Amino acid sequence: MSAEVESGSSNSMVEQENMALKEYRNFLPSKIKKDIWSSKYLLFVESLSVSFDGFKAVDIPHFGIKHGELRVIIGPNGAGKTTFCDLVSGKTPPSTGKVYYDGKNITQMDESDIALMGIGRKFQTPTVFDSLSTYENLLLALPGNQDWQDNLLKRESGEEKNQILEILEKVNLSKCRDIPAKSLSHGQRQWLAISALIISKPKLLLVDEPAAGLTDLETERTADLLMELAEDHTLVVIEHDMDFVRRLGQKVTVLNEGRVLAEGSLEEMEMNEEVMEAYLGR
Amino acid sequence: MKPVAQQLVESKRSLVLLAILGFFILPFLYSIDVLSIGQINMIGRYMTFAILALGLDLLWGYVGILSLCQCTFFCLGAYAMGMHLAHHGGPEGIIDANGWKLPACLFVVYPYDVGESSGDALVPFFWKPFWNLPLTILLGLLIPVVCSFVLGYFVFRSRVRGVYFAILSQAIAVAGWLVFCRNDVKLCGTNGLTRFDVIAPAESLTTFHPEDAKDQWIASHDGDMGQDLNSDGKLDQLDYSMAEVGFSLSEPNVQLSLYLLTLTCLFGSFFLCKWIVNSRLGRVLIAIRDDESTLNFFGYKPHQYKIFAFCIAAALAGLAGMLYIPQMKIITPSNMEAVRSVLVVVWVAVGGRGTLRGAILGALTVNLLYNYLTSEHDYGLFSWSPDYWPIFLGIAFVLVVLYLPNGLIEVVDRVKARLGNNSNFNPIEKV
Repeated sequence: MSAEVESGSSNSMVEQENMALKEYRNFLPSKIKKDIWSSKYLLFVESLSVSFDGFKAVDIPHFGIKHGELRVIIGPNGAGKTTFCDLVSGKTPPSTGKVYYDGKNITQMDESDIALMGIGRKFQTPTVFDSLSTYENLLLALPGNQDWQDNLLKRESGEEKNQILEILEKVNLSKCRDIPAKSLSHGQRQWLAISALIISKPKLLLVDEPAAGLTDLETERTADLLMELAEDHTLVVIEHDMDFVRRLGQKVTVLNEGRVLAEGSLEEMEMNEEVMEAYLGR
Repeated sequence: MKPVAQQLVESKRSLVLLAILGFFILPFLYSIDVLSIGQINMIGRYMTFAILALGLDLLWGYVGILSLCQCTFFCLGAYAMGMHLAHHGGPEGIIDANGWKLPACLFVVYPYDVGESSGDALVPFFWKPFWNLPLTILLGLLIPVVCSFVLGYFVFRSRVRGVYFAILSQAIAVAGWLVFCRNDVKLCGTNGLTRFDVIAPAESLTTFHPEDAKDQWIASHDGDMGQDLNSDGKLDQLDYSMAEVGFSLSEPNVQLSLYLLTLTCLFGSFFLCKWIVNSRLGRVLIAIRDDESTLNFFGYKPHQYKIFAFCIAAALAGLAGMLYIPQMKIITPSNMEAVRSVLVVVWVAVGGRGTLRGAILGALTVNLLYNYLTSEHDYGLFSWSPDYWPIFLGIAFVLVVLYLPNGLIEVVDRVKARLGNNSNFNPIEKV
């Protein structure tokens, strides 16, 4: 008797999930006028898939991020979370499908052009330039000086300098401004990487595991920083750490084996049997 | 980190010392006969190697591109200047059907077709622009730059990097060597370019064609048959070429001037590199060395920067080659053998990769040692044979890599820090 009730409730859950995913399905950028869809979604992918040696790492029919949203993507190891970011940011070319961003098809663009369009990315391991000082790291991240001719002749303006100092103050790195990034601690490197992302003023931020290897206090502060960012940016955060996700308290998308499994609040996900199965491998 | 002002003063101090040594002390030692003109000339040649090393250091030390074809660019510059000097040198040769004097070195090894006699030899079209000195200098810089640009454009854009690029560049060095060894390319094959006499005769500055130069000369000598040097009863280009006045390359004063010119160019190249490294572009170059793929995600196109650095290094190599030739007076394809380009890497590694001063120090030290240790010395207990040189170089290279990963410049900096009683010394921060 009780088993029946349980299975019934899980069925209704699945239906609920279907409702959430259906919204994407009715929405195909290739069939709808650009200005209509781009006013709704900042990022939308359509039948996006990539396979490595026959293994389908990502296979997402429809998926989108709305303007101003903070979306958390979770999923077990090998679910394709990072690969999804690679596809969006142009690091890996997709096998099939299209990526639309801000009203444009960015599928075939290379990563630097995509970055110039306003998609910023933080990698799983904090990628900073080791031999450069903290200040210089942020100097390179500043937007608008990416061509070599500019860099040969121009020096940073006072305004840009203030911007850098301001953000260093914010992440508590002012004291380290002239220290080469290789002598920073892991947490400081994470923050430097996030600062570089912020200062490059992207519209859409792809943040891959911001809390990896941080202490509890640092994790807390990172979460606050992301929440603050979410006020005027669109964010996609990939995370493993459930406490961190709970702290963010935002809509969660679960990926498994390259597919979107479910979408909703974290509480809903924790009740969802399919999701729990994927996580615990039952 | 030391204050910027202090750093500047310190790096300036060693530069001022080097300038005083190069511009005043060495010429003074020559004037009181402590140094021979041959030794001054040798140091001048080694300084051209220092310019070459600067270029590679910019490329390898800052951008992390290990190029094993820098000597090919060096030889492109050297051959440009060599063709110029050959035009104006050597009384041998013939006047070809187009009124050009066939340079002596080309005359000796000219690849005749079947049935052609020596009278049918023609100066190849690509020799002709090098009659004029300003044009030669321009081409000597431009040809390496264009070659490096084309190579860099295709290679860096398709993201060939690391060892793959090193192997590719080595293959290019070998290919270049094979081409220049061929006789039918009309660059004198394995003989190389030689028979140089004068540099910068007046007509090489003002004319683009030897007939014009001859007319000019005849007009200014007004039928003076005393100038009929080969006594054939008429004034022709051979007479004129024998009487050509310029700066004789065997003249000690000309050699001293060439040495001073090389030193000036070395300083010029150093400041150019320093300016590039200290600009914002220099930071991007270092970022490429550290993590090229991340830079993409900040909107940079690393291949632009790599092509830029590659072209600058090639231009410096071309400049070095052009300065080397009038001091060496011969250029053969053996200068562009693959191993030569590897040697440049050794100079930079020994001196200190990633510091511009280190590249200069390394090139000068290794070459001066080479000069000393490739002659025989008797030390009483044992005698040094020139055959030991490769072994010595190998051991020195291994020792430097093991114990002085920042190169010889680290020793210099440590000594300076000890003298200046500077406790917070950090070699990495220096340029």
